Amino acid sequence: MKFLCVDCDRQMAFEERELPGDGTLAAVFRCPDCDRMTAMLTNPMETQLVSSLGVQVGGRTVPAANFEGIRSEVATGSEEAFVESPPSGPVRWNTDAVERLSHVPSFVRGMVKKIYNEYAKERGIEEMTPDIMDRARSDLGLEGM
Amino acid sequence: MTPKIRTYHEVDEIESSLPGQVAEAEGRVGARLASVERIVGVMSGKGGVGKSLMSAAIAASLARAGRRVGLLDADLNGPSAARMLGISAPLREDEACGVEPARSASGVRLMSMALLLDHDAALRWKDPVDAGFVWRGVQEREAVRQFFADVDWGALDVLIVDLPPGTQRLAELHGLVPDLDGAVAVTIPGRASVDAVARSLDLARSRGLPLLGLVENMSGLACDECGALTPLYEAEGGVDLAARFDVELIARLPFDRRLAAAADKGAIDEWLEGGGRLAEEIARIASRVAPGGERP
Repeated sequence: MKFLCVDCDRQMAFEERELPGDGTLAAVFRCPDCDRMTAMLTNPMETQLVSSLGVQVGGRTVPAANFEGIRSEVATGSEEAFVESPPSGPVRWNTDAVERLSHVPSFVRGMVKKIYNEYAKERGIEEMTPDIMDRARSDLGLEGM
Repeated sequence: MTPKIRTYHEVDEIESSLPGQVAEAEGRVGARLASVERIVGVMSGKGGVGKSLMSAAIAASLARAGRRVGLLDADLNGPSAARMLGISAPLREDEACGVEPARSASGVRLMSMALLLDHDAALRWKDPVDAGFVWRGVQEREAVRQFFADVDWGALDVLIVDLPPGTQRLAELHGLVPDLDGAVAVTIPGRASVDAVARSLDLARSRGLPLLGLVENMSGLACDECGALTPLYEAEGGVDLAARFDVELIARLPFDRRLAAAADKGAIDEWLEGGGRLAEEIARIASRVAPGGERP
């Protein structure tokens, strides 16, 4: 799927993605020449079909986490499936961020943590805080997760 | 007049295609399996023939012989390898390297949906729309892909893939793992099983998929005292299938109550330790699966 700005004859670039949590998806594309924007809205069935493939409309902004598709799609995952992994990598998590992460179900916690770490690493952020987590959720369209 | 609008294939200024992402994800399977010397599927068109028990016993036999063995339980809806090998969660993971496979007492590295699900819970997918039939196949294939790509299998002599029942399963595995080295088919002597396994073998042959051989399970019931064999079926399905498809019948194995009990208790390793003729037969099948075993 591609979006073409007819006036400029230019392919529109992916701008942002939003998952409002009702199964739908909004992806915004912008023309690099005239800045015209258009939004692609998918219904829950279309959204599910795409996410089942483990792909993201507009392309991936952070690499896939381990078992990302399984953790995102399985409804009966065990809370005891994974051992909490020790902190690793260049991103420090402050106490408030760790506390907030602890509220994420353990079946998906490792995946969510990796997504936040990748987000921070790509932006040169050294410390994870609840504010950074909020920003990542917004920028990556994680509202539905 | 409206100017001609370029077609999809004429527009390629920005590459973020979904097919490209799928190809990239499948490429990670190949990268992960680069350190695996041999990949072998254990298949049957029919359920309930002892395919998973065979997979677990072969894997344990190889591990006990010093081989580095992985077992990927691709039966997402009826996973049983973890129970048979006495393995339970939790799993460890490393963000960079992947999810560590669980290990049996003999060292078999295992990944199975059983390790990820709540006890006794069925595998249920999140379905925001009640139309799971549309994407169920995609979700299951993607889950198996992640079992290959996201598990830190390490260097292995052989990775055994326990396939779920179904005629198409080997072809699906081959689509995901083009470097598949071969498959062992399992049947029982009865005609219902033979019919289903024949269809699987026919499909495998039509796709040019390599068959390492056939195992006939439950060929008879062995007497606990003297070992004498009482046939369980009138038919000799394994012999018939081997002749029809020109596949080697590697072994005809009796139903063994002690092995069945050991599998229920997660004690296949201990059962193999006890030795005996059946354990030797399984070791012989395992030798065909391991590197250096015959390839078609």
